Amino acid sequence: MTPFSFNRATDQSEALQLAERGGRYLGGGTNLVDLMRETVEHPAALVDVTGLSRDIAETPDGGVMIGAGVTNSALAAHPTIRARYPVLARAILAGASAQIRNMATVGGNLLQRTRCTYFYDVEGSRCNKRRPGEGCDARGGFNRIHAILGASDACVATHPSDMCVALAALDAVVHLSSASGTRTLPLTELHRLPGDQPQIDTVLHPGELITAVELPAASIAAHSTYRKVRDRASYAFALVSVAAAIAVEDGRVSDVRLALGGVAHKPWRASRAEEMLRGKAASLDAFRAAAEAELADAVPLNDNGFKIELAKRTMTAVLAELAGVDA
Amino acid sequence: MPITVNGSPVPLPSDPRVSLLDLLREELHLTGTKKGCNQGACGACTVLVDGERIISCLALAVQYDGRAITTIEGLADADALHPLQAAFIEHDGFQCGYCTPGQICSAVAMADEIARGLPSHVTGALDAGTIALTRDEVRERMSGNLCRCGAHNGIVDAILEVYGTSEAKVLEAAE
Repeated sequence: MTPFSFNRATDQSEALQLAERGGRYLGGGTNLVDLMRETVEHPAALVDVTGLSRDIAETPDGGVMIGAGVTNSALAAHPTIRARYPVLARAILAGASAQIRNMATVGGNLLQRTRCTYFYDVEGSRCNKRRPGEGCDARGGFNRIHAILGASDACVATHPSDMCVALAALDAVVHLSSASGTRTLPLTELHRLPGDQPQIDTVLHPGELITAVELPAASIAAHSTYRKVRDRASYAFALVSVAAAIAVEDGRVSDVRLALGGVAHKPWRASRAEEMLRGKAASLDAFRAAAEAELADAVPLNDNGFKIELAKRTMTAVLAELAGVDA
Repeated sequence: MPITVNGSPVPLPSDPRVSLLDLLREELHLTGTKKGCNQGACGACTVLVDGERIISCLALAVQYDGRAITTIEGLADADALHPLQAAFIEHDGFQCGYCTPGQICSAVAMADEIARGLPSHVTGALDAGTIALTRDEVRERMSGNLCRCGAHNGIVDAILEVYGTSEAKVLEAAE
């Protein structure tokens, strides 16, 4: 590991000052420390922000404000999240292991690197995310877990977070702070598609700090779930995952939220499928048609063509389960 | 502030690169905690921080000042084995033993999570007040601890013997 300096920020302004001097924010360390040890990342200075904003509080308009330092475990355990946003609790519990969830923070989960095994292979593989312009060995390599939507010639890695897929479906809003002030971003706009700059995962400005994630009030969220399909039953990244919420009135879809994980460089909000479903009869045919439309632009690599049908079937099955339609 | 390890205060390392795992093993010579993958994938380095389980390989020791760490050496009461240690022996919950300290620390914290009513990926109702510690629950909750010898059946048996509720045991019998 390359030597670095370490500081623990006692408040937000101190964190911002340390970042302005070149410090990199550190949460639970489950991704960044790993990447540092593998010599993929070499920050010269770390700023521990785990002591900031660890509250989960209801907002005046009926939503929930989640401090960026809240651990994954604490968020999944919170009674309000379990009762009113089950898709979020389920997504978190489907991710990593209990030990890692106890360490990992909400802010860190959002900012974990979009990555693949070739990104880690410093000695043996080319990776445009690691060294821009050198090429991508994943594209012609073993790419079973890689992207089918929104990828580029430069990068086919996927964003591995489960939590973010649920947050994308829930219209979560990310609260940011920097020396020049504060701003908010929809979670769906935080992460980037790779394009020709796969080394940049998010739209954050240098030194900008995630302070909180806000869940808007949404009655639909209480009827939601998360399904993750993976190569082993637990402790594995998603091949495909689906976060979904649906409201059905008089047999018709009055509202729906859908997002996919494991398919793209960012959590994938399935807006096209949602649009197709609103107002339609809640039927297996309608769910399948919406899934077909969402995956219409999917491009398979050598090893991951199965993901396209898998994503369609998983979307259809999850919607059917939530809507009480026989599959 | 120092870190407390098994009840004793320990100064923080001067080099921030030192992981909690290396602090325990190399500086304190508490070699019960094992280094397996050193990248957060195997759970052999699991220890308890203020009663909660973490993997010590990806933990920078400097991040844990003021916290209380418990390792496998801190679980037993002098020469008397922790009940889970005894159950691992009774049920052949290991072969080579390398993953065992991590398995046992992990299971101790898992039992506390169950007692607090925290759901897992396989729990049916998220808001159930009490959770039956079934075989499926144990397997899911212990998935962060790999055993390359394949002693998982014995591990699950040992955990169920010590922490299984009577309700869970009834469910087990019915399966």
